[in-house]
Amino acid sequence: MSDVALAKAERPGTRNRALARFLRHRGAVVSAFVLAIVVLAALGAPLAERWLGHGPNDTDLGAVLAPPSWKYLLGTDDAGRDVLLRLMYGGRVSLLVGLAAALASAVIGTAIGILAGYYGGRLDAFLMRLTDGVIALPTLALLIVLAAIDLKKVGIPDSIAHSEAVSLYRIIFIISLVGWTGVARLVRGATLSMRTREFVRAAVALGAPARRIMLVHILPNVIGPVIVATTLSVGGIILTESVLSYLGLGIQPPMASWGNMLSNAQTMLFQAPELVIYPGLAIMLTVIAFNFLGDGLQDALDPRAGE
Amino acid sequence: MIRFVAQRAVESLVVLLVMSFVVYALIGLMPGDPIDIMLSGDPRMTPEDRERLRALYGLHLPIWERYWNWLAAAFGGDFGYSRTSNRPVLETMGPYLGRTALLMGASFVLSVAIAIPLGLMAAVRQRRLADYGINLFCFAGKSVPPFWLALMLILVFAVELRWFPAGGIETVGDSGFVDRARHLVLPVLCLTLLNLASVARLMRAEAISALRQDYVRTARAKGLAEGRVIWGHAMRNALNPVVTVIALEFGTLFSGALITETVFAYPGMGKAIYDAILGNDYNLALVGLLFATLLVLVGNLAADLAYAILDPRVSYR
Repeated sequence: MSDVALAKAERPGTRNRALARFLRHRGAVVSAFVLAIVVLAALGAPLAERWLGHGPNDTDLGAVLAPPSWKYLLGTDDAGRDVLLRLMYGGRVSLLVGLAAALASAVIGTAIGILAGYYGGRLDAFLMRLTDGVIALPTLALLIVLAAIDLKKVGIPDSIAHSEAVSLYRIIFIISLVGWTGVARLVRGATLSMRTREFVRAAVALGAPARRIMLVHILPNVIGPVIVATTLSVGGIILTESVLSYLGLGIQPPMASWGNMLSNAQTMLFQAPELVIYPGLAIMLTVIAFNFLGDGLQDALDPRAGE
Repeated sequence: MIRFVAQRAVESLVVLLVMSFVVYALIGLMPGDPIDIMLSGDPRMTPEDRERLRALYGLHLPIWERYWNWLAAAFGGDFGYSRTSNRPVLETMGPYLGRTALLMGASFVLSVAIAIPLGLMAAVRQRRLADYGINLFCFAGKSVPPFWLALMLILVFAVELRWFPAGGIETVGDSGFVDRARHLVLPVLCLTLLNLASVARLMRAEAISALRQDYVRTARAKGLAEGRVIWGHAMRNALNPVVTVIALEFGTLFSGALITETVFAYPGMGKAIYDAILGNDYNLALVGLLFATLLVLVGNLAADLAYAILDPRVSYR
């Protein structure tokens, strides 16, 4: 009883200390602001579309490669499309893919890590060999193969296989498929050390079922590093998505993504270099912000690891 | 020690074998069909020809048997023909492999040679201007889209300044050493910058923790020059984990090489794999991917070995 009361009394204190540590990390605070702006721009894209009166895929052949104006704040591309509006819609894709794939990877990795760490033995050996095996793969080349697979051959009807939504979900799926390894190792290690702690052994002795021990006793205690690792992985995933889309294997045009905007603009490198510069800067800014945010969270949640 | 190496080598071979099946199966799911591609080149072929060809190439067999046949041939050194070059796959792969080794090797050496002093400098000047500068540089390096960095390098050094060519490996009609070296500059610079950041960041972290150790305090206390303390004591000990991670990140280096080669139209392994996948060159794509896997596995094995050699406390029964 007194233990529970103590833990409850301690909580607000630890939380405030964590917040204070986070706020001391200037890069992380600035990044949180930058990300807030990126998120607002992405969420506000449909509003901007209605306000401007044209969509991200609407071509204005009277204004091809137009300079910035009040109608087109960052000018237009080679098909007369609004660059700023496409950037805002591209941001939706990057953020959605980054967050969804990071979350999915975290869930897979946490499940595998806890199972391996808690049960140990053969299951642990198998899962860890599997993890080592996936880590040892040339990820990008494999992702290219996975992204190029013809969905019709795995029995998905043509009408669905070539829809826009599928190109989005497919990329989230394949990135999560290879992205869980880091979290799995992290969680396994943390679970191994948790398993020997007294409160876990007490729960075992009291006859608590394994599922309850893993979910109620171990999971909350290993979640801090998982949050940090997940935040730090979002940036890398956004980069991977942009690479695949740039190579023509990710988000399919006309749907705008920062990556496919770049592959389109690459051919215009001589005439209109700004078309190459904007999407790249957008990616870089967002990814730097996520990396700094993760760094700040590490200082806040896991102060010893950041040293 | 020998037992440990043997065990790891066997494990790597198993991963390679499993990977070969997975990739074999995945390649079968790529768009297009090798027979259809052949048929589209010759309008006189009939549906009966199609079936005969399928049987001739063994495509009517279930995937396990096809894989088994492929594996048996592969062990005999026969990896099939490349569809796009009409030559045996291994013969096609050879030059690509050499060029990628050159690109990756040069970038690897350069990035490590720059990153280690850089990380050490940041650690020694912790929380000072140089540290913040290096830290920011590392964050930027980790966050830049690799193909965009390549495009920016082309924009600045090839389009604006015209110092170096934008792509390829040599000018037509001039295959001299200087010309080839000039073509190599931008791809190597690109891959070096991509690889630099993670090594420097890690070196900084390891050096900071090494500089806090008791033996560093002892070395200072006995009046050793600060330079000797940093280079002789702190660096040597910080280097161990760094070496491991460098070797473990071989896969990342290869991913970077794939992108760099594609943007700079540099005909190496990465570009060959990418082109083979897009061009339905199944045999070439398969072998390319397996080579890439092998490369990463060898890197990992080297990491384990280096760790055991560098750190006398680590012993493998």
